[in-house]
Amino acid sequence: MAVLLTRDSKIICQGFTGAQGTFHSERAIAYNTNIVGGVTPEKGGSKHLNVPVFNTVAEAKKSTGCNASGVFVPPPFAADAILESVEAELDLVVCITDGIPTSDMQRVRREMKGCKTRLVGPNCPGVLTPGVGKIGIIPGHICKPGRIGVVSRSGTLSYESAVQTAELGQSTIIGIGGDPVNGTNFVDALELFLNDSDTDGIVLIGEIGGTAEIDGANFIKSWKGKFKKPVAAFVAGAAAPKGRKLGHAGAIVNSGDETADAKKDALKSAGVNVADTITRIGDAMREAMKI
Amino acid sequence: MDIHEYQAKQLLGKYGVNIPPGEVVYQTHEAENIVTWLNEDKIVVKAQVHAGGRGKSGGVKVCSNDEEVIQTVDKMIGMKIITPQTSEDGKVVRRVYLEKGYQIKNELYLCITIDRETGGNTIIYSKKGGVNIEEVSEKTPDEIYNMKIAPGSDLLTHHARTIVYNLGLTGSVAKQAQKNILAIYKAFVSLDAAMIEINPFAITNENEVVILDCKASFDDNALYRQRSVAEMKDENEYDPLELEAARHDLNYVKLDGNIGLMVNGAGLSMATMDIIKYYGGEAANFMDVAGAATPERVAAAFKLIYKDPDVQGILINIFGGMMRCNDIATGLVNASKEVGLDKPLVVRLEGTNVDMGKDILKNSGFPIKPVDTMEQAAKDVVQMVKEKK
Repeated sequence: MAVLLTRDSKIICQGFTGAQGTFHSERAIAYNTNIVGGVTPEKGGSKHLNVPVFNTVAEAKKSTGCNASGVFVPPPFAADAILESVEAELDLVVCITDGIPTSDMQRVRREMKGCKTRLVGPNCPGVLTPGVGKIGIIPGHICKPGRIGVVSRSGTLSYESAVQTAELGQSTIIGIGGDPVNGTNFVDALELFLNDSDTDGIVLIGEIGGTAEIDGANFIKSWKGKFKKPVAAFVAGAAAPKGRKLGHAGAIVNSGDETADAKKDALKSAGVNVADTITRIGDAMREAMKI
Repeated sequence: MDIHEYQAKQLLGKYGVNIPPGEVVYQTHEAENIVTWLNEDKIVVKAQVHAGGRGKSGGVKVCSNDEEVIQTVDKMIGMKIITPQTSEDGKVVRRVYLEKGYQIKNELYLCITIDRETGGNTIIYSKKGGVNIEEVSEKTPDEIYNMKIAPGSDLLTHHARTIVYNLGLTGSVAKQAQKNILAIYKAFVSLDAAMIEINPFAITNENEVVILDCKASFDDNALYRQRSVAEMKDENEYDPLELEAARHDLNYVKLDGNIGLMVNGAGLSMATMDIIKYYGGEAANFMDVAGAATPERVAAAFKLIYKDPDVQGILINIFGGMMRCNDIATGLVNASKEVGLDKPLVVRLEGTNVDMGKDILKNSGFPIKPVDTMEQAAKDVVQMVKEKK
């Protein structure tokens, strides 16, 4: 069945008629993704890429029965776009937008407390289930259907992981994004893959800043008996200086727990096979699976 | 974005935080008027640079008469501050802050920052202010308190009350401290701050609560709606190459090594720094050609790295995805012509038309070596830079 994105998903794009929304929706459609429509305020009633455009997410849902959305809305309006889909009770919102103010995401976190919608991102490459479809910007041709679940804070490192696990293939690739306050975290993604009968092994790609990788390691440690899966990991930023932000808003080392070494140690102690360099993540996964 | 201490104090003052009277000067003669205007027994002269630890490096001096103040200002302007937080070259002082000096009986610590675990904010505070807080947290972690505020929630009076009682404050001092903490939190939220650190949060011999030193940094993503903060950016505090990169929308951070990097993606850029270190080299920079790696952007980024005099060799690592490698290769060759490339350049391209891209690089006539893997690229560039020395 894979996770998050399945054959039953009906997907819309918010910011559909903009340059980014158009470009990536075209590619998603070419990848046979079930895009049923899009939302751009003031453009409701028209057609774009051969599917209907709506003014609001609620209208789109009423008319198409959509249950998932990809958000390509510019940063000042992106948090509002996420919450529009949350209020329309979609199952999944994937926010690609990079550069959303942190306090806007804090508001989103508050509004989403206890609600049923799952948010992936923001500032992420999205979600792709090989052979089924994609929401976001992950290049489809580098991903192959298979049984490895990939979860990554970095977009390009998830692509590296897909290429290196090509002969095993992937069940789903989840980019959780590089922002300090986001939706789905490592624990959520690990839990999805752990419970997915189509996933046999998990690749986890972390980076410096925050302690989400350590939470992930503690969660893996709690897996008991037969109900566990092999995990391989890489954490980027071992060569990063303290206190400097490296690209991603969240990639900054402020304290000892946030360094690459601390995270690698935590993952190793949970039995995860940690690769020394990103170029060995494929080998690390095969080793962990004893292939 | 970081701002200077005096700027942070100006902002906090607008929210009702108790700030010592003070004024910034750029030139010695300006200090003469300020000294008269302040009319205090003691004046503290503070170098304004974006780096902690300036006190130990001669950047803070308490003066007890007007002449001493003016002499100190004269000495400080133009001097270099070298602290563990600056590069080896240090930072040139261009602005000096003069403020009222106090007799202090109690130095506390207070810091508000984003809490990534809860998605809210957290207030870190301690009775042990005035010193390096990291030492306190290492040696006596029990002396550090943490107050977590739920995402999007206000700091309420009872939160502030808990903080001041834990800090051991009573009576009028407790009331003043409470009012100040609420005001600092209000400023933090209203201004889209990422961190406001007050160290020390001080109690004077006259039982006045004052903010003696203050560091503040702000969410870059929110600067578009925080004009008053954005205007405080001091470009002198940034590396000139970093400023130029920002104008091209490139994520660039200058580092201490000698291998110039150009990579697409923040994660891949970090991982490339890591693999260079793994093979015994050191990156001269972090560089994420954010957005689409178009030939134009690749060329602009390449020229920028090439300008850095520390760079002895360059590694380009582009995971094209949808980009055509032949276009990127053409962009690189054109940029090489422009700069007259004479440093080793190793290129790893992944994407469509890889072979065409490699042929263009091989036949360019420049010292460009296309390789198949990131591993090979790192090994080669480290080796070539070593041989060159």
